[in-house]
Amino acid sequence: MQHHTTCPYCGVGCGVTATIEDGVMTGVEGDRDHPANYGRLCVKGSALHETLGDHGRLLAPRVDGREVSWDDALAEVTNRLAAVRERHGGEAIAGYLSGQLLTEDYYAANKLFKGFLGSPHLDTNSRLCMASAVAGYKRAFGADAVPCNYEDLEEAELVVLVGSNLAWNHPVLFQRLRTAKQRNSLLRVVVIDPRVTDTCEVADLYLPLKPGSDARLFNGLLAFMADKDKLDAVYLERHTQGLDDALAAARDEATTLAGISGDCELDAEALETFYYWFASQLHVVTLYSQGVNQSTSGTDKCNAIINCHLAGGKLGLPGAGPFSITGQPNAMGGREVGGLANQLAAHMDYHTPGAQALVTEFWHAPHLPEGPGLKAVELFEAIERGDIQALWIMATNPVVSLPDADQAKRALAKCPLVIVSECMADTDTLAYADIVLPASSWAEKDGTVTNSERRISRQRGMLPPPGEARHDWWIITQVAKHLGYEEAFEYCHPRDIFVEHARLSGYANRADGVPRLFDISALAELDHAAYDALAPLQWPVTAEVPRGTARLFEDGCFATPDGRARLVAVTPHAPRQAVSAAHPLRLNSGRVRDQWHTMTRTGRAPRLLNHRAEPYVDLHPDDARAAGVADGALARLHNAHGEARVRARVATAQRRGEAFMPIHWNAQFSNAGRVGTLFAAHTDPVSGQPETKHGAVALAPLAIAEEATLLVASDSGGLSERASLAYWARMPLHHAERWQLASDAGASSHDWPTWCAEQFGVAATLWCEDATSGRLRAAGLRDGRLVWWLMVGPPSELPGLAWLDARFGDIALDAEQRRRVLAGCASGEADTGPVVCSCHQVGATSIREAIRGGDTDVDALGARLACGTQCGSCIPELKSLLEEEVAHAGTDEALETA
Amino acid sequence: MSANDEHLVIVGNGMAGHRLLERVLAHPHRPRHITILGDEPETAYNRILLSPWLAGEMDRSALTLRERDWYTAQGVTLIAGERVTAIDRQARTLTTDQQRRLGYDQLVLATGSQAARPGVPGDDLDGIHTFRDLRDGERLARLADTGGRAVVLGGGLLGLEAAEGLRKRGMTVSVVHRGPHLMNRQLDATAAGMLADELRARGLDVITGARLAHYGAGDDGRHVANVALEDGTTLATDGVVEAIGIVPHIDLAKTLDLATGRGIQVDAYLSTHDPRISALGECCEFEGTTYGLIEPIWRQVEVLAARLCGDTPAPYRELPCATKLKVSGISLYAFGPITPAPEHDVLTYHDPQQGDYRRLLLRDGRLEGAVLYGDTAAGPWYFQCALAGQDLSAGRQALLFGEHDAQPLLDTPDTLSEEAA
Repeated sequence: MQHHTTCPYCGVGCGVTATIEDGVMTGVEGDRDHPANYGRLCVKGSALHETLGDHGRLLAPRVDGREVSWDDALAEVTNRLAAVRERHGGEAIAGYLSGQLLTEDYYAANKLFKGFLGSPHLDTNSRLCMASAVAGYKRAFGADAVPCNYEDLEEAELVVLVGSNLAWNHPVLFQRLRTAKQRNSLLRVVVIDPRVTDTCEVADLYLPLKPGSDARLFNGLLAFMADKDKLDAVYLERHTQGLDDALAAARDEATTLAGISGDCELDAEALETFYYWFASQLHVVTLYSQGVNQSTSGTDKCNAIINCHLAGGKLGLPGAGPFSITGQPNAMGGREVGGLANQLAAHMDYHTPGAQALVTEFWHAPHLPEGPGLKAVELFEAIERGDIQALWIMATNPVVSLPDADQAKRALAKCPLVIVSECMADTDTLAYADIVLPASSWAEKDGTVTNSERRISRQRGMLPPPGEARHDWWIITQVAKHLGYEEAFEYCHPRDIFVEHARLSGYANRADGVPRLFDISALAELDHAAYDALAPLQWPVTAEVPRGTARLFEDGCFATPDGRARLVAVTPHAPRQAVSAAHPLRLNSGRVRDQWHTMTRTGRAPRLLNHRAEPYVDLHPDDARAAGVADGALARLHNAHGEARVRARVATAQRRGEAFMPIHWNAQFSNAGRVGTLFAAHTDPVSGQPETKHGAVALAPLAIAEEATLLVASDSGGLSERASLAYWARMPLHHAERWQLASDAGASSHDWPTWCAEQFGVAATLWCEDATSGRLRAAGLRDGRLVWWLMVGPPSELPGLAWLDARFGDIALDAEQRRRVLAGCASGEADTGPVVCSCHQVGATSIREAIRGGDTDVDALGARLACGTQCGSCIPELKSLLEEEVAHAGTDEALETA
Repeated sequence: MSANDEHLVIVGNGMAGHRLLERVLAHPHRPRHITILGDEPETAYNRILLSPWLAGEMDRSALTLRERDWYTAQGVTLIAGERVTAIDRQARTLTTDQQRRLGYDQLVLATGSQAARPGVPGDDLDGIHTFRDLRDGERLARLADTGGRAVVLGGGLLGLEAAEGLRKRGMTVSVVHRGPHLMNRQLDATAAGMLADELRARGLDVITGARLAHYGAGDDGRHVANVALEDGTTLATDGVVEAIGIVPHIDLAKTLDLATGRGIQVDAYLSTHDPRISALGECCEFEGTTYGLIEPIWRQVEVLAARLCGDTPAPYRELPCATKLKVSGISLYAFGPITPAPEHDVLTYHDPQQGDYRRLLLRDGRLEGAVLYGDTAAGPWYFQCALAGQDLSAGRQALLFGEHDAQPLLDTPDTLSEEAA
């Protein structure tokens, strides 16, 4: 049976058609009718069904390490939260949510924390992702409103990608862009990124700018437009204010091309080309992402971009606009319900006139906080200080994802009450939980998400949650009820929450003052069937526009008191984390193509780990050489905040002096692969978004004695003794787990086979050794079944592991497989059958083939295969093979004629 | 087809003599008159198959290389069952033990070898056999038919084949080997240990590092009844097979005043110092080397056949050669030095349960020696690599896994693949 749902990975929000057979998801494909992707899927989306299954799932609630019933767990949550509130007040309670939650979950959590627990401290990991984009939009448009849609990318004449590796992070949008470019030879693409990424493949112009210099670049563009008389004076006059200040700020520094190209470290001619293209085209989309947002001046950078669009009148029409692309599937949903600490609800902030009264009235809320709460980084600092006494984390892994990630560990260790709602059994964050609540996951959850183009899509529950796992909205609702708020949380289904959310969006909207752009009041009357059948549509969805709104601000009216958009004066600032002699490398971070966040799901699909199997750092050859780090070797990055141990990848795609590390690896997959430990917790003063694109680190080779690769049968219990290793990284395969290991240089020599024998209770059954070169391979078999496989030596010498992985799935190896097991691959040669001629090692199969090919006597066989030409002892066997084959041929002929 | 009118006489119808005959006959300038003499009554047979025949693994008929009518058809005179007793180099004639006289233009001595004898007290007793020819094989078969016990002296190729043959025919067999381990001239201790384990598992009694003291007679005083070792052990037996080595058969040559050492000394064209007389195979000696394996002899045959037919072949030269053993179900392949030198890199592969073992000796990236036990498929490729003196460093990581794993690495040019920017 087929179900239409939405992909849970990036912010593109692709429609997925999933096939369920006998309670198992057997396949997924792109939903041809979904406007986000029209049938396309990227590699992560295509592997969704491979990441499911009950193994590794959290299946029961736990309190203080003991499994308990839901009744007991809910009672504990309620009692402990109530006790904290009793003693310290609602302000001592905090929630930390995730763009992975559905809008209904988000809404219920926001309502509980802000409306009923009286805590303003409800923030989300979206803070790490697009808070600056939100703040930028709000400063410019008066509302957190993405003006564009995906079709604008296809209708543009110029697409500028800033701080976005679209090819890896939003692959389906990248495909749409590439297709559009093939169809329209006039469409030009500019890529602005310090790193050469796969996205550059579509670039007509690539600007490898100096990290952190984006605001300078766009200030320069604004000045260029003014100088070249490319401002849209009419648009500016009718629909904006603030040009003069913005332009003055832009001109505060030298605006000569030479000055800007020097500051941004760009080629002046390339810079002028970009400026000229931007200034002279109307249909320009500037698409920006974390490369802009994750900065201590991220909001300013967003506004520097938006300024240029406003100044040129390049928005509110097809193929134009400043377009922020979100990282998470439902970051937008979280923004819509108000699930960030600076927001109240439904696009209302604490300072929005009348908002407190409106929300209090709508919710019948007893305890609305008076002002904004703490944003993510501040929140964890407050937790460590002891200001926050209880924290409820849902669907996120802050120990991995926050900057100064070891601070997050300290904070959680200190917090008296940590509640974690989670779907996986092992995450770095769960180690700090007092109460663990098993949550449902993608294929089980039912509700809505909003993608980067404001499109609300249904995510549909297709499979029952395993064990005792429950939906997040249900868990929140139950806690609310236990706390005595039955009336306000009388939800039996996500639809009940959604319609309330829709109703709030229209509640007293447009009554007076500034209308709230987020209005989906036309959906407030959906019944169950209509909710179930809800087709993807873009907000606003109101009585006037019941089919939704493709593009905002087409009328030039903005959500500000005077209806005008604001150009914001931007003064460029250098990143807070500066490189120094001790920490000379700039550290950048980001996603890899085939992984998602902290790998709790994507780490389960072997083919997704094939792409980048280990935590790594990208380095420029000069920096690697200077530090004595070879390509493919293990390296150590460190600074005052922490350290990472990762594989070095050396290429000129990286600018000199800069390093890049992926964000995904964590303690479940490696011993020191968390990039978050290396960033200081500096944040943007407006958005609170941390500066996780610009750390400062030192690079050194990791001191190791030997590298080894270990494959262990999946059911062998894993590798328990690994504390003594200098490095390890784990990679699940289909039938085995791969462990990449390195022994410590300081430790006494490591007897790997003996170590394996002790770990898995099976001694080396076969082994090979090249002692002078330090190479060794060994395997342990139990009753002919492969239990472990070891290679000591550089991983560059590994065979492809698919064949070995499959052998771990075999009940027992046959003799030929066993002979190949240390080689790790099937023989490159066709099986020639049992040896007949020993002198020349000619097998029976080869001989039979030669006979069928027309060699009818021993001499002919000898001439072709050399069999029987030396000692001749196989000639009798050759003769009998000849006789057999001739007899066979006779039978075949007889059969054919019969 | 043209032919030369010379009369070629080959003395010895064993493996070497017969192979020479086949190669000469295949040549367009074969001598018109060819005579081949053998002291065994049969037409030529494959001596290598004596072991499997003894073991009952094949019929007697499978040993025959050619039937009598083939010789007739080829215009070759076969004189079987006669021994050459005298040669007159001046007259270019020879005389057989049947008083037959023959003239020759070219004479080839392919008289082979005989078993070495231990030379201990009691070695003239009945029941002490060698294993060189069909007669020996028949005697051993009769011995085996009595059941009982046998002692085989010598744990080399031939001794082990004989021992296995007798065991398979139902005897209780001990192998007594003087060296520290079986086949110590071809195998290292590990491979030899695996071989000994396998043979023991089959029921052979393998005794290594043992020196023969004397043979003891039974009650009749004529027939061997026990074998005494220097360490005092006495093995009761119903028969003995001596397989401790071979001695070139050069008695005839010695009467001719030809230069001899251990064998008949020949030059690189297999000629003795009498240009009318050549020698090849196990009876000859070239640059101090005598022969027991088939591989170099076949190369000698090619050189000599070409010369006898009027060609000017490339001279014979000594090359390393590989040892193979296929005692039904046991595969061995070995060449090169047995004991690693300090500068050798030693690569090993072990699967004791499955009975697979490989050891390669490399010097400066070049393969010098290999011992393969069990899975010997890669043997010939290793041997080719060693002969070619190829630098195998680039494929070293996969060398133990064979050609198809190592060759791609050897084929890849040794340049760093710079990642595309």
